[in-house]
Amino acid sequence: MAETPAQLSRSRDLDKLLLRPGNLIGANFEPGEELRDDIGKYAKVLVLGAGGLGCELLKDLALSGFQNLEVIDMDRIEVTNLNRQFLFRFEDVGKPKAEVAAKRVMERVSGVNIKPHYCRIEDKELDFYSDFSIIVLGLDSIEARSYINAVACSFLEYDSDDNAREETIKPMVDGGTEGFKGHARIILPGVTPCFECTIWLFPPQVKFPLCTLAETPRTAAHCIEYAHLIKWDEVHSGKAFDPDEAEHMKWVYNEAVKRAVLFGIPGVTFSLTQGVVKNIIPAIASTNAIISAACALETLKLASGCSKTLSNYLTYNGAEGLHTKVTEFVRDKDCLVCGPGVLIELETSITLQKFIDLLEEHPKLLLSKASVTHQGNNLYMQAPPVLEEMTRSNLNQVLFDLMGKTAKSILHVTGTTSKNDKKFSTLRKLRVVFKGVDGVTDMDTAGGA
Amino acid sequence: MIKLFKVKEKQRELAENASGGVPVKKQSAGELRLHKDISELNLAESCTMSFPNGKDDLMNFEVSIRPDEGFYLGGTFLFSFQVSPIYPHEAPKVKCKTKLYHPNIDLEGNVCLNILREDWKPVLNINTVIYGLYHLFTEPNSEDPLNHDAAAVLRDNPKMFEANVRRAMAGGVELGH
Repeated sequence: MAETPAQLSRSRDLDKLLLRPGNLIGANFEPGEELRDDIGKYAKVLVLGAGGLGCELLKDLALSGFQNLEVIDMDRIEVTNLNRQFLFRFEDVGKPKAEVAAKRVMERVSGVNIKPHYCRIEDKELDFYSDFSIIVLGLDSIEARSYINAVACSFLEYDSDDNAREETIKPMVDGGTEGFKGHARIILPGVTPCFECTIWLFPPQVKFPLCTLAETPRTAAHCIEYAHLIKWDEVHSGKAFDPDEAEHMKWVYNEAVKRAVLFGIPGVTFSLTQGVVKNIIPAIASTNAIISAACALETLKLASGCSKTLSNYLTYNGAEGLHTKVTEFVRDKDCLVCGPGVLIELETSITLQKFIDLLEEHPKLLLSKASVTHQGNNLYMQAPPVLEEMTRSNLNQVLFDLMGKTAKSILHVTGTTSKNDKKFSTLRKLRVVFKGVDGVTDMDTAGGA
Repeated sequence: MIKLFKVKEKQRELAENASGGVPVKKQSAGELRLHKDISELNLAESCTMSFPNGKDDLMNFEVSIRPDEGFYLGGTFLFSFQVSPIYPHEAPKVKCKTKLYHPNIDLEGNVCLNILREDWKPVLNINTVIYGLYHLFTEPNSEDPLNHDAAAVLRDNPKMFEANVRRAMAGGVELGH
């Protein structure tokens, strides 16, 4: 088909993926223009973070045909961002990242609509997140990932055979980078491992002994941490150290230099100080570009089915040559966040005490001396004595009332159980369904949130 | 997946209120693991816990230790614990709230205990941390100290160390640095 340059379709690359069948397609893939247009019309994608990964992600997703995007970022633009967060210019320093990023991409890609949110991810209500088809993460901390993972998994419901109900799965694509290394992973709650299932993959944090910092520093990092953790409190007792305050950071740097001179240790620089105190690793634009490309592609695959997605964790290392590998991690069946838990049906009249007794006999649990917690409310604690006293009065209350009178809910219980004559303590997730409430009468029910 | 997204969009237009209702806030995995650690605490008589924010905030609590042997017999020492949402990936932050004369605890309340920093592992728990703190009182050690005066005295003149501890507990005198 001969086309003059003026007639080249904007979506000619996407069309190769979306308009024709292939050998690696996902289930239910229906090639055609309707699919391409539906992605623009119906898919709502949320991008978390408008920094190194976020800028690249917004560009990639907009150019991949997604037209309904939203982005959340709680930071403002800084000069050091400009080497890689290419949507920002020198005049933008000080403005909210989410707003500038959204504006720039909308200026370059016609048809796309990006709604920025200048706030923390914790500030949004849960039903804000439930609106999106896919959530793509360009975050920079374990805490943030853990939070959004809990949110996405809270939408998940299971049927009575402990299978995840497909329409409640909120897919997430998580990317992360650090220097020359990066990862991209797909999280389908209930199908692939969630963030908590694989949190053990993280290596322990680097922490120096306080006494080394106080008595026998040997490295520049020791001097910096001495100033940051010990000297700061001695001089400014009461005032919390704020790494984003230029004055605070300068003070720590000066003290670190004094200490380094005292012990004859070289290497304390202002940028090393920032790195140690804020845990910053220098960022590289190409790593961000590679990882976001992988994430955007996976998002397109999820939305369209044009190919099977990667399964399920891709690692990338460009430090020496280039190495990339995809590993298929498996779910933790007992995961407290994404697992089905044990389904338990109860009468609305049962008291907390009777419920605790019931757990001892339940064949899947055999849990004795149980402590019970419900969505942050500790209903009963066996220990320590002070908490046992504070919660004892709940024992003869009706459990249905204590749990807010909802038909289906999640409970967590801790206690002792035994296997092969060995006793050990365990924490279990329970999917509780109260009989006879809201017309729920039989086993075909799902766990609540 | 696009089929699901289309169906959901239509459903949303038809019924603003989803049948399942709005999902409720969940506890973080860290809070759940902390709940487990606390509900199976096995504290000696010398250790008591209190929860200043009530029974539902397990992330911030205090432990009061009354050693029943050693140099610090008779004293009561208060520690504050702050547990992060990504516990047990991160160790709890423990500070000593009582001013005391001790080689491994400084005047700002920083505690030099290996399992609170470089030797923390997610398999450890609140019980082990409290035992570790108790151990600091029954076996203070003069190597790698936070309070070098106290450490020097402990090393060179244990009798004077004992006397200094008694005096500091009684409310007297300089605690050194």
